[in-house]
Amino acid sequence: MALAIRAARARSRLRQSCTRAAIAIAAAALVAVSAAACGSSGSSAGSGGSSGSAGKDGFTQAAQTSGPLTVWVDSTRQPAVQAYEKAHPGVKLNAVLYDGDANGSNTLQTKVDLYDRTGSGWPDVVFSAENNEVSWAQPAGFTAPLNKGLIPSSVLSSFASGALNPCTVNGTVYCLRNDLAPVVLWYNAPLMKQFGYQVPTTWAQYEQIGEEVATQHPGYIVGSAGDTFTPEIYLWASQCQANDITGIRAVTVNVTSPNCQRMAALLDTLVKDGSMTKLSVFSTAFDKDDKGKVLMLPGAAWIGGAVFDSSSGLNTPKGQIAVAPIPQWPGSATPATGNVGGGTWLLSAHSAHLTEAVDFITWVTTNNGYQADLAPGFPASAPAAAAWLANQAKSGYYVNDITPVLQQAAGQVWQGWGYGKFSQEAIWAATVTPGITAGKSIASMLPDWQTAITNYATAAGYQVSH
Amino acid sequence: MRRAPWRAVGAGHAFVAGYVILLVAFGVIPVVYAIYFAFTNAGNTFAGLSNFTQSAQDFRYVPAFEHIGAYLLIWLAALVVLVTSLAIVLHQMSVRRLSTLVRFLYYVPGALAGAASVLVWLFMLDPTVSPAASLLHLLGYGTFGDVIQPGHLAILFAMIAFWTGAGGWIVVMYGALNNIPHDIMEAARIDGAGAWRIARYIQIPMLRKWIAYMVILAFATGAQLFVEPELISEASLGVAGRDYSPNQVAYDFAFQNNNVNYAAAISVELLVISLVVAAVFVTRSRFFDAS
Repeated sequence: MALAIRAARARSRLRQSCTRAAIAIAAAALVAVSAAACGSSGSSAGSGGSSGSAGKDGFTQAAQTSGPLTVWVDSTRQPAVQAYEKAHPGVKLNAVLYDGDANGSNTLQTKVDLYDRTGSGWPDVVFSAENNEVSWAQPAGFTAPLNKGLIPSSVLSSFASGALNPCTVNGTVYCLRNDLAPVVLWYNAPLMKQFGYQVPTTWAQYEQIGEEVATQHPGYIVGSAGDTFTPEIYLWASQCQANDITGIRAVTVNVTSPNCQRMAALLDTLVKDGSMTKLSVFSTAFDKDDKGKVLMLPGAAWIGGAVFDSSSGLNTPKGQIAVAPIPQWPGSATPATGNVGGGTWLLSAHSAHLTEAVDFITWVTTNNGYQADLAPGFPASAPAAAAWLANQAKSGYYVNDITPVLQQAAGQVWQGWGYGKFSQEAIWAATVTPGITAGKSIASMLPDWQTAITNYATAAGYQVSH
Repeated sequence: MRRAPWRAVGAGHAFVAGYVILLVAFGVIPVVYAIYFAFTNAGNTFAGLSNFTQSAQDFRYVPAFEHIGAYLLIWLAALVVLVTSLAIVLHQMSVRRLSTLVRFLYYVPGALAGAASVLVWLFMLDPTVSPAASLLHLLGYGTFGDVIQPGHLAILFAMIAFWTGAGGWIVVMYGALNNIPHDIMEAARIDGAGAWRIARYIQIPMLRKWIAYMVILAFATGAQLFVEPELISEASLGVAGRDYSPNQVAYDFAFQNNNVNYAAAISVELLVISLVVAAVFVTRSRFFDAS
C-alpha cells in the first residue's frame, strides 16, 4: 500500500503542476508522460530465465557486486527480515515494505515492468502473498530458475509434495513457497458444545447449523462471504470450474455448472439468514461486530494465526479455537478443498548479489528461526512445518491437534483450479462483492461472474473455453 | 512603436525559459512520444488506427468513458454554480475579517496534496471510523462497502474533487470580482440594483472568462481522474474503483497487459477530448479577446 500511495501521490503532484502551469495541452501531458515512461527501450527485459539454457545456473547472470541486498516484503513478513538480520549480523539488508501484491493489486508486476524499461532497480528478493506470480514473472525474465544450480536439490525436495507446483513451469522451479494455505474449517469448540452442535462433515450439515444459528443464536456467525478470497474458500472447495488453467495461456471457465450453483445457493441462504457475514475478516467492522461471535469460519490454514490468534484481529483467547477438515458434498470421489494464497518468494534474475540472495531466500523459507518460531502460517518446507506444528501444540492455543488436519488438507486441494496471470480475487471483488453488499444473490450473479472472468482472462492473453 | 530595451526583453525570456524548458521536457516531448506509440505496434511499425479501434473494443473502455462523463457532469456543474455563487456571497460580505477568515478556510483543503486529501476521505466514508458516521448511518450505510457502491462513485469522486479543488477557485474568483471597476458597481447601485441584480447582470457576465478558464482546467484535470479511484480501489481491496476511469484503463493496459500502444491510444484520445473542449470554451467565451 505504501508504495502504491507514494506512486499515486507522485502522479498527482505531476498532474497538478501540469494543469496549473497552463492550458489544456499541458494538462494532457501527465497521461502522455505515464504512457511515454513505459515506452523507453525495454531491451534489458527478458534476458534471463525464459530460455533456461544460457549461462551459469541456467540463466544469464548480471555482473556480481557487493552491497546491500534489497528485499521486498509485506508487513506480515517483516519479522522474517528482522529474524534474518539478527541471525546474520554481518549482512546488510535494504528491506522495502510493500502491499505484498495481496488481493491482486499487481504492484509487483507494475514496478518490475518499469524497472525492465529503465534497466535497473529490481529488488533482489521479493515476497508475494499471491502464488500466481510466476505466470507473468517467468515470461518476463524476472525470476531466476532455482533448480538449475542456484539451490541444491536437497533443499528443494524438502518442500511438501506439490508445494512448488505454482512455482514450476515445464519442470523448472522459479520460486519458493512460503506457506501452504489449504482451506479447513475453524470453529470455536466450547461454543459448539454449549450450543449442542456436532462439527459438520458435509455441507448440508453445515448449512443446517447455519440456519439454526440464525434463528436460535442470532448474531453468531458460521462464516464470512465478504473477502476477495471468498471464491477460493467456498467455490474452489466445491470444485467449481472457475479457474481451470489448461495450458500456458488457456483457461476453461464454467461457473454456471451444478458444482458452482450448489455452493452459491448455500452462501445465499446463509447470507440472507444473517449467519454468514458480508464483512471481510480483515475489516475493523468484523473485529468490532463479530468478536466472540464466530462459531465456525471456513478459511485457509493461516486464519488461525492471522485472524484468531492475532492482536490485530479477533484476539481470541487460548483454549477455544479448533480445526476440522472442510465439509464435503455427497458423491465426491475424493475429498476436496480450496486454497487461499500461500505466499511465494521470488529471486530476481537481475540480482547482482546472487550468493546473498540465495542464502536469504533459503533461510526464510526453510530455517526454523523464522518458519517454525515466528511464521503465522503453515510452512511449505516439510521439516519447518513439523517444527511449526510442534510449536503450535506446545503453545496449547488450539483445543485439538491441528497437525493431522492441516497435513491432510494440504494434500486434498482440488487441482481443477490453477494459477493464472489474472487475479480471481480482483475479479470477484469488483464483480460479485458489490452485488452481495447490495443484497443480490450470488446465484443470480454467476453469469456476470462468468463474463467478467472471460473478459479479464482474454485481456490477459488467455484463450477462454466454456 | 518603440522597441522595448534589450534588457527588459532578455529578462522576460529568462523568466519564460524555465517554464518553456519544463513544458518541452514534460509536456511536448511526451505528447509526441505518446502519439508515436499510439500509431505504431509492439514491433514499432505503423499501425494506422488499429490501436484506437482495438482498445475501444476492450470491455473496460466504454464503461470507463461513461463513468468519467457522469463524474465530469456532476463535478463541473457543482463547480460552476457553487464556486461562482460562493465567491459572490463572499465578495458581498460586509465584515472584512470574517470574509478573510472564510477565504482562508475555503483554501485549506486545497493545500493538502492530492493523495493525502483522498486518504482523509477514506476515513470520512468508512462508517466505523468516520467523524460523520451518524450521518452515514442516517443515510442507511452501515459499512464502507455500502458507501462505495458502484452507483455512488461518480458523486463521491465529485465530492472529493470539489472539496480539494473548489477552495482555490473561490479565491481566484474573489480576486476577479475585485477587478470589476468600482464605478460600474456604483452606477448599478445608484440605478437601484440590489445584490441579486448586480450579480446577475454585472458580476457573472464579467466573470465569464474566468469561469471558462476554470471549466477548461477542471475538465482537463477531471478527464484524467486517477488517484481517487485508484486509492478507493486499494482501500476497498478492489471492490470499487479498479478500471473506473480511462486513465486507469490506460494504466492497466501499460502495466498489466503489457500493451503500451493501447495505453498511448487512450492517452491521445484524452488529449484530443480536452483540446476540443478547451477550443469550444475559448471561442465561445472569446477568451483571447483583448478588452
